[in-house]
Amino acid sequence: MEVLLEAKELTKYFPVVKGIIFPKVIGVLKAVDAVNFTIGKNETLGLVGESGCGKTTTAKVILMLEDITRGTILFDGQDIRQLSRTDLKNYRRVVQAVFQNPYGSLSPRMRVGDIVAEPLVVNSTLSRNEVKERVTHVLEVVGLGAEKGDLYPHEFSGGQRQRIAVARALVLNPKLIVLDEPVSALDVSIRAQIINLLIDIQKQFGISYLLIAHDLAVVKHMSHRIGVMYLGKLVEVAESEELHKNPMHPYTRALHSAALPSHLDDRREEIILPGEVPSPLYPPSGCGFHPRCSGAKTICPEQTPVLVDVGGGHHVACHLAKGSIKQ
Amino acid sequence: MTAVKGIPIFPTLVLSIFIFSGIFAGFLAPYDPVENHINEALSPPAWQEGGTTKYLLGTDHLGRDMLSRLLYGATVSLRVGFIVVFVSGGTGAILAILAGFIGGWVGMAIMRLTDMMLSIPYLLIAIVMAVLMGPSVNNVIIILVVLGWTQYTRVLHSEVLRIKEADFIQLAKVAGCSKMRIMLRHVFPNIVNTLIILGTLNLGQVIIMEASLSFIGAGVPPIFPAWGRMLADGRQYITFAWWLCVWPGLAILLVVLSCNLLGDWIRVRFDPKFRQI
Amino acid sequence: MKSKTILEVKDLKTYFFTRHGVAKAVDGVSFRLKEGEALGLVGESGCGKSITCLSILKLVPQPAGRIVGGKIIFDGVDLLSNSEKEMRDIRGRRISMILQDPMTSLNPLFTIGEQVAEPIIIHQKIDRARAWEKAKEMLTLVKIQSPEVRMMEYPHQMSGGMRQRIVGAMVLSCQPDLLIADEPTTSLDVTIQAQFLRLLKEIQERSNLSMIVVTHDFGIVAKVCDRLAVMYAGKIVEYAGIRELFNHPTHPYTKALMDSIPKMDVKVDRLYSIEGQPPDLRNLPPGCNFVPRCSHVMEICEKEPPGESVVGDGHTVSCWLSCPKWN
Repeated sequence: MEVLLEAKELTKYFPVVKGIIFPKVIGVLKAVDAVNFTIGKNETLGLVGESGCGKTTTAKVILMLEDITRGTILFDGQDIRQLSRTDLKNYRRVVQAVFQNPYGSLSPRMRVGDIVAEPLVVNSTLSRNEVKERVTHVLEVVGLGAEKGDLYPHEFSGGQRQRIAVARALVLNPKLIVLDEPVSALDVSIRAQIINLLIDIQKQFGISYLLIAHDLAVVKHMSHRIGVMYLGKLVEVAESEELHKNPMHPYTRALHSAALPSHLDDRREEIILPGEVPSPLYPPSGCGFHPRCSGAKTICPEQTPVLVDVGGGHHVACHLAKGSIKQ
Repeated sequence: MTAVKGIPIFPTLVLSIFIFSGIFAGFLAPYDPVENHINEALSPPAWQEGGTTKYLLGTDHLGRDMLSRLLYGATVSLRVGFIVVFVSGGTGAILAILAGFIGGWVGMAIMRLTDMMLSIPYLLIAIVMAVLMGPSVNNVIIILVVLGWTQYTRVLHSEVLRIKEADFIQLAKVAGCSKMRIMLRHVFPNIVNTLIILGTLNLGQVIIMEASLSFIGAGVPPIFPAWGRMLADGRQYITFAWWLCVWPGLAILLVVLSCNLLGDWIRVRFDPKFRQI
Repeated sequence: MKSKTILEVKDLKTYFFTRHGVAKAVDGVSFRLKEGEALGLVGESGCGKSITCLSILKLVPQPAGRIVGGKIIFDGVDLLSNSEKEMRDIRGRRISMILQDPMTSLNPLFTIGEQVAEPIIIHQKIDRARAWEKAKEMLTLVKIQSPEVRMMEYPHQMSGGMRQRIVGAMVLSCQPDLLIADEPTTSLDVTIQAQFLRLLKEIQERSNLSMIVVTHDFGIVAKVCDRLAVMYAGKIVEYAGIRELFNHPTHPYTKALMDSIPKMDVKVDRLYSIEGQPPDLRNLPPGCNFVPRCSHVMEICEKEPPGESVVGDGHTVSCWLSCPKWN
């Protein structure tokens, strides 16, 4: 499978600053810590994790809304940090995004047609009619009639606004769309509509997705491969089915167990993690998960585990799982 | 507050009359406001004993027709009010957007300047400047603009900071919009509502400021029919010729009150939808 | 073991009188709750589940909202005939409520200790020192570590999960007979949600507490509730025990909802998505509210709202399809 985007040792630190008049850096928040992953062409990579795990920061870095502290991101073989100004403009054309909040994603004082047209207007030299045609086309693709273009965002429901956001992301014919919790703010019955739409679009246009969500079931349904993040690190990566059948990292197993059962008689071991999700400001030493891990050994707080290939594209970062098949 | 289609009748009516009088004073006023009729000085309003229908609202100490002076006074207040509000509002908004959106040392510089100017005693500086620059309508406008932009910047700066964090701004960056485009097409339209509210409320303040400056003789030149001026002139006659002070005072009161009521209504009317972000 | 009915809601109607018409937020809702039982109210936004709970506590937002009909019989007394003073006595002491957002449920200006002790002081009328002791006990009950330290701290120093547990402590301190939890875990991380739900279940079983859990998530209901009522556009469309409903969902809406949720263990190509949008409560169609989105509409459905039909043990459905006369 061809690789579209490759992240190598991707790292993003935020400085922690104290003082108003003479600000001094007193520490770092390791939001994303040496993360490696690939996104293939026409593939969906899902990133799962809870607050503070770094998945949103990863999205921002890929969208170039934040700078990279260390490491590289290769898009179609090119290092995006070394892009010239024109190349950067091109990057923006091929990488788009849909965010979580349908109410904050659309400029309240712009007509929907203009909102969807904006990426085109800014990035191309199409005539007004050509722009209009394209906008009509994408609005139809997402299931909204062209006449809706004259309305303002507040005249639409949450689900419809997300459709508009998807239309805007599509209008430039991108290669990669970053979806940051695209359905979690929507009603249950609307989620299915948007999820189906996104999958249809991927099939129709051959777009890759980076899907970021906390709902494991949604991620599994939509993704080909899934990466689990905890405290800024990738702790497990595998194909969706494989991750579901054979979760190896204790955190992944806890996530599975916590994902609410769809049926009462689900035979699933109940793993309730003790304690809180630690703050990325004070990560535990060694393996960040060890304070909450029921099987922690002496090596765990001492040495940070690295992602190890356990076969079939399945990678785990865990001292317990190394080499073994099932705990 | 009775309303037609939701719009409050009283303030809209009063302000419409005010604006109309201000624009068409030339046609409406029965007399030239600076024309003296010394023989008929201090003539009471028409319905009082001793008054004539010749001078409906009476005359002042120099025999000038109160009604005409009132109407022309509206012109002055109108001119000063609207120009000051537009220019200081516009300046304040631009600075707020630059400070909030670009941030960095530009933002810091602008906000520190704003803070400094806000801590200056407004009235004192206005007086000093007016005395130094001499009385004239244009000088009043300049002074009030220079002192007035800061309140807009202060309030709008926090609006801009709030909007900056909204998803649609981030997505505009993702779409490749330049900073300039984002500021013009995304940030500015979303602070316009607040700007209008501030402007409406500020109009009343400016009218009072102008009146205050004129009252102490630091505003418009003496002959000019400005309401503040008229109040000042009428002070010594207040015990027996109440109409010299009451008409201009009432005019100021009604106009400023209407500005405040209208501004309040606009705020309530437009806030909830606006706050959907 | 026959336990008594602690709450009986009969034909409750709560309407909102707005400029643009009357929104029938709750339109004839009836259910029973036994002592020690947990009932789930499931539905999407706008279905009336939250307003039902606010109606029970007589906290419906006024002046637009008003309870216009029905009875709410709590321990033998119709709450709707209670004075405000009598209701204040009941709220917090006999019926308590947890809300969705732990960030705003606590006052940022007061310490945890003060906030947990307050309801104790008010309702149990004991002095501060003893209330403080009780507060400490409650915090231990909800598994807060080192409660004496925590009690001196402020809400902003706590995580979301801890805050929700603290709210739980406040709410349970006066040993209410009925606890209403409105989407208590929606803003919590998945693993923290699992913790909280387990805690809730433990406390409920231990103190024989009756609960109403409002949620849009069938998974939560599966973990915590004994019975559930599915709501749509202000009415209960299906009402059954958990097992019965999961095994035999009958109402088209219930079935559609369950089919539209992605599940971990079942792989589907496309999620079932319900057509259309939730209805405008001011403009409800004559007949059954679900007609515009239902795929099994019959003539009678458009004309008359369906009554309740019994389709199983303790299982009722409001649907013409299940009414023997019409099938």
